[in-house]
Amino acid sequence: MPLRVTLAEDSALLREGLVSILGRFGHNIVDAVADADSLTEAVQARRPDLIITDVRMPPGNANDGLRAAVRLRQHLPRLPVLVLSQYVDQSYAAQLLDSDDGVGVGYLLKDRVGAVAEFNAAVEQVAAGATVIDPEVVRQLMRRRSDPRRRLTARELEVLALMAQGRSNDMIGRQLYVTDAAVNKHIGNIFSKLALPVTTDGHRRVLAVLAYLRR
Amino acid sequence: MLTYRDPVRHDGERRSRTAWQALARQPVGFLASAWPWRALLYLTSGLLVGALTICLLVVAVTVGLLTAVVLVGVVLLLVTALMGLPFARLERWRLRLVDLDGIPHPHRPPVGLGPRAWLRTRLTEPATWREFTLMVISVTALCWVDAAVLGLAFVVPALCVSAPVDDPAAWPWAVLGGLLLLAAPYSLTAWAGARAALCRIVLAPRGVEIDPHLKEISESRARLLDAFETERARIERDLHDGAQQRLVSLSGTLGLIRLDLPEPSTLHRPLAAAQEQVGLALADLRHLVRGLNPQVLTDNGLVAALEDEASRFPVPVSLDLRLTGRLPQPVEAAAYYAVTEALANVAKHSRATQVELVGRHHADLLSLAVRDNGVGGADVSGGTGLTGLADRLAVLDGRLRVSSPPGGPTLVLMEIPCPFE
Repeated sequence: MPLRVTLAEDSALLREGLVSILGRFGHNIVDAVADADSLTEAVQARRPDLIITDVRMPPGNANDGLRAAVRLRQHLPRLPVLVLSQYVDQSYAAQLLDSDDGVGVGYLLKDRVGAVAEFNAAVEQVAAGATVIDPEVVRQLMRRRSDPRRRLTARELEVLALMAQGRSNDMIGRQLYVTDAAVNKHIGNIFSKLALPVTTDGHRRVLAVLAYLRR
Repeated sequence: MLTYRDPVRHDGERRSRTAWQALARQPVGFLASAWPWRALLYLTSGLLVGALTICLLVVAVTVGLLTAVVLVGVVLLLVTALMGLPFARLERWRLRLVDLDGIPHPHRPPVGLGPRAWLRTRLTEPATWREFTLMVISVTALCWVDAAVLGLAFVVPALCVSAPVDDPAAWPWAVLGGLLLLAAPYSLTAWAGARAALCRIVLAPRGVEIDPHLKEISESRARLLDAFETERARIERDLHDGAQQRLVSLSGTLGLIRLDLPEPSTLHRPLAAAQEQVGLALADLRHLVRGLNPQVLTDNGLVAALEDEASRFPVPVSLDLRLTGRLPQPVEAAAYYAVTEALANVAKHSRATQVELVGRHHADLLSLAVRDNGVGGADVSGGTGLTGLADRLAVLDGRLRVSSPPGGPTLVLMEIPCPFE
């Protein structure tokens, strides 16, 4: 299903690159802007299905893009937002996840753009209301927990990171070259180690894990 | 006068520089030294100076107030304010009786020539007003305590001893009098030491007064640091706007090529390798950029930046940061770099398995403590890391203290003055 996307990225080169990647997957870029104020105007003028925005943008060259996105979601609830950043940090993720319970929110390193098919999958999941968080953020959040009883194995961490990116059990199994049953077992272990209620809804389980990690 | 300046040669206490030290080091030998006599002289002269000053002050203030309507009164009140100057000069000179180190002159040379320039300089420098304060404290309290201590040391024993000898009830008084007289050197010296310490605190020149260049040096250091920060920020911005975006874009292009490549192709593998190299270059660049100018510090403040740093640190770091709100930008930057430097030292040298980072903002001081369970033996003078850290903090009048006994644990304590706004 083609999406109507508003894109905000101040680097012309990368903006063109993103336009061609999204176009390649059949999406329609309704606006491609270079600063946070134009993003706000463009979104209010033509309500897109999804915003993709850089964090650091003019006019302030600080986290203007992120702030514009969070503000837009206050006026237009459930407006899906995918935030791209040169580096990721849990404090930015927190601001996004706090906006509208993290429904239809994505936060990825710009590096992930190169894996075009996965990137497109993330775009489509966020547009569908899922939460997609960069594995780097999950790794940072996990590091804060040093309780040995709750320490996850390397494989469980991989599964958790993929879950946070919004992957289904099936996709996780294919990526890690393991069976569905094995994926289910890992997920069960993660939830029991973190003492969380098991839920099969992919989006809710991501939020449960993230909520736990941010506690 | 020579004997005052150099009594140590005679009483054998070569190292005592103050009456207090002498009293504490050799409580018995001290009795035979010159110190009790010096203390006596210090207090007696203090009493005399105090009495004289009270008389002068009373006269000057009374006449000044009575004649305030005419110009003479204003001049007299001005003279009262400036009486602190000769008074303090006398106090500094007397202080040498019980404190051989003395106190240097805290006043600036007058800016310009003539009495008017002298007056302007004196009335505008804090040292003058500290000296005036000391004069007020002296006439209201110190010289009265001098009188009380001298009275307890001599007048009370004299009264006791002079009781009628034929009275059988009088001899315990005589014994008490004798004992008080024996204790006199101690009570005199103890108070003389305390009085001298108080005078030293009030009269001692502050950093800038010792050497006006000190302030200049610290200002020029601050400017240099500012220039460095600006340059770092510029390099970071250039990398962010340039190389990083190009590499991401290149990775995207490679991704699209791979997508459009017909399935059986020999190019899949080299393209994937190329893309991986681009990814590694991006990761390197990200690491470099974070060290140059951490965006999260600018955007979300010190706590977020330190949490970020801790989450990337190879050793588990437990954080206990009770800092509310944002702090001034230079303080946040200095604190952030100080902690990262301290953590880098932990990673390089300590072999620690657990690090604790505690941050507090009490009253007007931001304090950050990095404690590890490593092998200890960190040397402040040796490594450039800790010295650079101390320099960075010194610009903001902060300081660094390190406790690192061989065998550990190591505690690095950083403090930066930072008033609540």
